[in-house]
Amino acid sequence: MTTTAPTLIESTLQPNLTLVLVTVFLVATGTALALDRSLVRVLLGMVLIGNGVAVLYLVISGRAGRAPFVDEDPSAISDPLPQAMVLTAIVISLATIGFLLALSYRLWQVSGTDDVPDDAEDARIQRLALEDQTSSTYDPSETSTTTSDELAEEATGVEQSDAEPLRTGSEPR
Amino acid sequence: MTDFPVPNLVPLPVLLPLLGAALTLAFRRSPRLQRSVSIAVLAAVVAVAGVLVWQTDVRGPQVLWLGAWQEPLGISLVADRLSALMLLVSGIVTLLVLVFAIGQGQADSDEENESETPLTIFHPTYLVLSAGVSNAFLAGDLFNLFVGFEILLFSSYVLITVGGAASRIHAGTTYVVVSLLSSALFLVGIAAVYAATGTVNLAQLSLRIGDLAPGVALVLQLCLLTAFAIKAAIFPMSAWLPDSYPTAPAPVTAVFAGLLTKVGVYAIIRVQTLLFPDSPLQGLLMWAALLTMVIGILGAVSQSGLKRILSFTLVSHIGYMIFGIALATPHGTAGAIFYVAHHITIQTALFLITGLVERLGGTTSLDRLGGLAVASPVLAVLFFVSAMNLSGIPPMSGFLAKIGLLHAGIEVGTPLAWLLVVGGIVTSLLTLYALAKVWSQAFWRTLADAPYATEAAAGLRAGTLDVEPATDPATAVVVDTEPRTLPRTMLGATAAMTAVGLAITLVAGPLFAYTQRAASDLAARDPYVTTVLLQEVRR
Repeated sequence: MTTTAPTLIESTLQPNLTLVLVTVFLVATGTALALDRSLVRVLLGMVLIGNGVAVLYLVISGRAGRAPFVDEDPSAISDPLPQAMVLTAIVISLATIGFLLALSYRLWQVSGTDDVPDDAEDARIQRLALEDQTSSTYDPSETSTTTSDELAEEATGVEQSDAEPLRTGSEPR
Repeated sequence: MTDFPVPNLVPLPVLLPLLGAALTLAFRRSPRLQRSVSIAVLAAVVAVAGVLVWQTDVRGPQVLWLGAWQEPLGISLVADRLSALMLLVSGIVTLLVLVFAIGQGQADSDEENESETPLTIFHPTYLVLSAGVSNAFLAGDLFNLFVGFEILLFSSYVLITVGGAASRIHAGTTYVVVSLLSSALFLVGIAAVYAATGTVNLAQLSLRIGDLAPGVALVLQLCLLTAFAIKAAIFPMSAWLPDSYPTAPAPVTAVFAGLLTKVGVYAIIRVQTLLFPDSPLQGLLMWAALLTMVIGILGAVSQSGLKRILSFTLVSHIGYMIFGIALATPHGTAGAIFYVAHHITIQTALFLITGLVERLGGTTSLDRLGGLAVASPVLAVLFFVSAMNLSGIPPMSGFLAKIGLLHAGIEVGTPLAWLLVVGGIVTSLLTLYALAKVWSQAFWRTLADAPYATEAAAGLRAGTLDVEPATDPATAVVVDTEPRTLPRTMLGATAAMTAVGLAITLVAGPLFAYTQRAASDLAARDPYVTTVLLQEVRR
């Protein structure tokens, strides 16, 4: 067990400050966007975070070099492995983002808004805390639910939750 | 070490489901062919996994370098005892859940309702999910592990939003975003590992990480553990699970609950034992385990929906496995592995039972259920057995798994380990309390006692058994009071799942011995590393 690896790294890995800053900027902006309430902004945030991570792989592939063909001088070529990895990651994130786009369109279809809704459970607990109740799981007199849920019910005329008929909405999903 | 008379079976658990997915996609017009292909493929995976369990136990770890690249460069698939056992258990679970889903799909289409699991996309997606799970278990490098995660996550995105009803879209959105974030974190971790060591191969990493500065190794470990902890739903990162799982169709929830979090647990076991054996984070993991157990089960106690109760117990019992891993002794790891095997089967069985409860009672809300023990005694027995098994009543496997972990904890004997032992016992009792509540409310009392029994169950009250509301949640306003029986396929698959849970009790002795051997291999690290790497690469 020798230390060949770290010495090898030290000789090749020279982090590029510009790329590091680009990564930081993209991930920071993406995080800020991802904390937003609108799903489209969250989605854009995820795109930026994904791109930031992709740039990180350029940082770790070290000094830019020639195209890594066979019989090329190993010291002159770029490290191909991070590029292979990041290509895979980019393809995966492209597909995921496509799916998320479809999902946010569907969310807009069913609820008329692209806001990520309040968690029904959170709302219930908050209400109980305000009313200083300790534990009650269901109260038929309270039929309010999150705003977007109500909007969704008006918009689509159907019930929300899984196969629970006559759901009044004030119980957990 | 490579001259096996048995052909190398390692890639089959990944390849077979992928080929099956392609076939089922081609046969999308013929549900019958789709069903036969899926069942045949998953049965073959179970058989292969069974052989692998035997092979790895008798002959040591199996490795396959894909694409015949020069050795440390290519992608390797490795099966050791741990992977093989995980493959076997996950194979059995996916097969039985598939049978359940087929039963449900058939029953629904017989009655001309829109099926809850649209068969055309269900089968290919489900098989891809199975391939992803297998790939994650077999991955010999971090990046392939990432790819395995992505394959299974992507199928799970499709399965969790299947049908596109509003509640599923809401739940699916959270799930997809959380998963994306954990994947990004995992990618950062892989990048950092590669930058620090120049490899992502687990065997090579196990040799090189020891040479890193402790601070660097700690950063790598934290990064990977956080990514896996989100996937495994460990306490501070567990809030997404009880929100997203309950809305999916019953078979989907069952397979997710059984497998997906356990893949995260598997990754933690692998990384902790192989890469960071002298981890400075054991204390942190122990606290995480304790909080996961206690807070998870308190969540379950406070819920009134059966699906959410089970989701919270799922989170809570992940804590047991982390407890075993955090102990970092061979006994602790063995206990954790045994617990994973036990918990996959039992949690899946309980979610399948929930699916049947929903079918029978029209809801999973405990406030509206009652009299199920009269309506379907078989279902009641299945629930009772599984619930007792999960909460650890002797002599069932849940009891043995917990005893194994507690014993390992007492062996370690630090104050924190003792605290975890106490936490584990309390969690076990609270699990019993939560499930006993389900039993007494949904099964034991009469429906007339249920505070908010609805017309959905009017058929039950009137004596017409087996009433089922509309299956599609999007249209679940109209109550379908047509009498229905529990389809025999679904009941059979659920019974088989429960029986597998009980079978683990019967084979507990050999299985414990097997997990002990697996854990001592993991602790030694040598069997894995020497199998994967050639002598000159290892040097």
